[in-house]
Amino acid sequence: MRSTKLLLTILVLVLGSTLSFAQNDIMRQARADKFALTNATIYTVTNGVIENGTIVISNGIIEAVGANVTIPTDAIVIDYEGQEIYPGMIDSGTQLGLVEIGSIAEAQDIREFGDITPQMEALTAVNPNSEAIPVTRVSGVTTVITRPSGGVFPGTAATINLFGYTPDQMFAGSKGLVINFPSSGRRWRQTQEEADRARERALKTLNETWDKAELYAEIEGTDGARYYPEMEALARVVKGEMKAYIEVNAAKDILSAIEWVQEKGLTDVVFTGVAEGWRVADELADAGIPVITGPVQSVPTRRSDAFDAAYKNPSVMQKAGVKVALRTNDTENSRNLPYHAGFAAAYGMGREEALKAITINAAEIMGLEDQLGSIEVGKKANLFVATGDPFETSTQILEVFIDGYQIPMTSRQIELYNEFLDRVPGLNKNPVSTDQ
Amino acid sequence: MKKLILNLFLILGFSSVVFAQVPKGDVLIQNATVLTITNGTLEDTDILIEDGKIKSIGQNLRQPNNVEVIDAEGMFVMPGIIDAHSHIAGTSINEGTSQVTAEVSMEDVVNPMDVSIYRALAGGVTSIHLMHGSANVIGGQNETLKLRYGTTNPDDLRFEGAPRTIKFALGENPTRGGRARGIQPQTRMGVEAMIRNAFNDAIEYRDEWAAYNANRSNRKIAPEYDLRMETMVDILEGEILVHCHSYRADEIYMLMNVFSDFGIEKLTFQHANEAYKVAPELAAFGASASIFSDWWAYKLEVYYSTAYNAAILTRNGVNTSINSDSGELIRHLFHEAAKSQKYGSLSDNEALRLITLNPAMQLGIDDRVGSIEVGKDGDIAIFDKHPLSTYAIPQMTFVDGVKYFDINTDVADQRIMIDPESTIEDVVIFSREDHDMCMHEESIVNFYELVNEEK
Repeated sequence: MRSTKLLLTILVLVLGSTLSFAQNDIMRQARADKFALTNATIYTVTNGVIENGTIVISNGIIEAVGANVTIPTDAIVIDYEGQEIYPGMIDSGTQLGLVEIGSIAEAQDIREFGDITPQMEALTAVNPNSEAIPVTRVSGVTTVITRPSGGVFPGTAATINLFGYTPDQMFAGSKGLVINFPSSGRRWRQTQEEADRARERALKTLNETWDKAELYAEIEGTDGARYYPEMEALARVVKGEMKAYIEVNAAKDILSAIEWVQEKGLTDVVFTGVAEGWRVADELADAGIPVITGPVQSVPTRRSDAFDAAYKNPSVMQKAGVKVALRTNDTENSRNLPYHAGFAAAYGMGREEALKAITINAAEIMGLEDQLGSIEVGKKANLFVATGDPFETSTQILEVFIDGYQIPMTSRQIELYNEFLDRVPGLNKNPVSTDQ
Repeated sequence: MKKLILNLFLILGFSSVVFAQVPKGDVLIQNATVLTITNGTLEDTDILIEDGKIKSIGQNLRQPNNVEVIDAEGMFVMPGIIDAHSHIAGTSINEGTSQVTAEVSMEDVVNPMDVSIYRALAGGVTSIHLMHGSANVIGGQNETLKLRYGTTNPDDLRFEGAPRTIKFALGENPTRGGRARGIQPQTRMGVEAMIRNAFNDAIEYRDEWAAYNANRSNRKIAPEYDLRMETMVDILEGEILVHCHSYRADEIYMLMNVFSDFGIEKLTFQHANEAYKVAPELAAFGASASIFSDWWAYKLEVYYSTAYNAAILTRNGVNTSINSDSGELIRHLFHEAAKSQKYGSLSDNEALRLITLNPAMQLGIDDRVGSIEVGKDGDIAIFDKHPLSTYAIPQMTFVDGVKYFDINTDVADQRIMIDPESTIEDVVIFSREDHDMCMHEESIVNFYELVNEEK
């Protein structure tokens, strides 16, 4: 008799917990529909904050936004009273989809053999089923740049939305050629001599290759011009058909890179990394080159720098007039993007500018400002609902929409939590019956 | 003459050991919001530290003469943060020459001039557990330090009176080392066997000495003195706390079984990404866990991690701390602890305990630090906002009542003496690839060098 009662109690507990956990806990697949998200505080980023606002999502697009929006009769209405809605956060530099497990070579598709492999496409190696993707998107990061690394020309980075079952379904419509500008800085565990030698070699590779690419761009398509995939990829940048993401960090390298870019007549250029941007912020601003910087939570590049040099870096550049977007340069913990932004905000950038750095600025830098980066009519419905300021760790992300799809708010990390918070069986697999 | 000088040196050396005094400070912090950890949050409260100890806590404390007064109105005061897993201030990490190196100690490789110490202070950290690496199954002894930055004497950093601790390591790191050298262990089976062997050897060693001591005579030769075995015996007798590098649930469970068999009780699992899977067993054993807030996927054995680890362990009654194992993360452990609110909704006090009282308990120093209580050490951090807020910026950090960090006097250029003729110092760029390497650095670097030398 007692055991039935116990069973009943357990049943009630189990049911109760599933109901209270999250309303779409039972949702196993994303769903596309017409949605009306009502009564929320909407941070549009480009048009201020709307109190008690409504967003209508239809066909993957934001159809209406405002305080006085007519809710279509066929829309699924979700009341978000007391909650806040933000555009999906954009991490402008990750290895998401390319790296599954850091220490295992077989689980990494990030670095092709050779120094000159610009024809490598990150998008083609993106694994849409990477465990890190759901882990990232339930934190409100909906879009990332995923980029190859290594050598001088490691390949082409792609912007992807973190939902889809093929790379094409995830592709957000922007690519850029990655150039690792020869670095005078030492890498960790490298001697200065090794670094200098590597720099000289890289500089030679960069310039010789670029000369060839310029020539290729000129003769491309003419009779007898042989197809050359490396040059084909580079020629697109030479001709201004594709942007270049130039990774450069040390102050003097940044100045050299500015000179190099001007000398080559490149206009669609973004500097990435830019760890010492604060030292040459005015020069960067004068050159009009936007930057993708981060991780913000980094140690300073020099022992003598203030402890907060990296925290302040985005703010110093932004105040000098540089357009700044942020990146985590991470894979599995790209979910920490809002905290990197939060640190940038605390150390001088302010919350509003830091929010822009992970939304509209990123979209503009990628050339996707007509589709992403803010909550505006006609843009893609990439957004999330939060209990408060997403930069604060006490805030919970309640709902995420990507391309208008309502995303299941789960990941393996959440599933493990549900399984192990109150593990069954607990300490004893076969507890002694209390009936006797 | 030479002898005299030698004697003089000896005397001087000796006296400096005996009389060396680390500085102790006096300070009165006024009108703060005090996060005591053990006694709730006290608003508008003063803390008086005298001679390095917390003398009194209360409102409108009388201001003694010649004591620095800090007006902390609107600010938050918390106990100095304790990092139970760090390698900053260490000039080496692994003595990877044998799978058991219990005889070595990190106390011999402390670098008091590591700038990472200052940066940790600038993140509110006052004590660290400087750990040996995880290359071998039974590594060296660790050293608990107080971050008294500014001294050139490594001994000044010692946390006087802290219990001895030692590093063990399970899983991929020691087995990779075994494979690299073609020796045991290459599996988790081998790891267990090596630990059991080491303890059995220690018991034999102890018995030999006991037999010799019980029956001393001029005709008997004493057993060979072996510092490695002495250390192992001290572990068996509960004099050394074991801090074990571990990730997977099965290996955590294995070590608890081994320790039960040998009657060893004091055990903290370091990293312990899968501790959440055996939380009831950890609680029953009374073992602790010192974990990352959210690191995962950097190697296979952390692929099935969850950032909810801290919350699951806490809810299951396991003493849990959050550590850094990194010169970067150590600078914002308050923020790492705060992530336990996103992942499992821990209360403010539960979250703060992860970086204060809980690690103090794991290191056996909770009678001295880890909370703001009268009689405890004057190790304190002041923040402009609640330290669990992402926007919080550390303002001042005190160790033994002495201020070692003050954001108001922190300068952009930290060079002590700037020589206009000198070249600018190196720029070090920490890339993503290094990031991965760093996280299992503890094993690779040493064995790689070792193998190459042996070949």
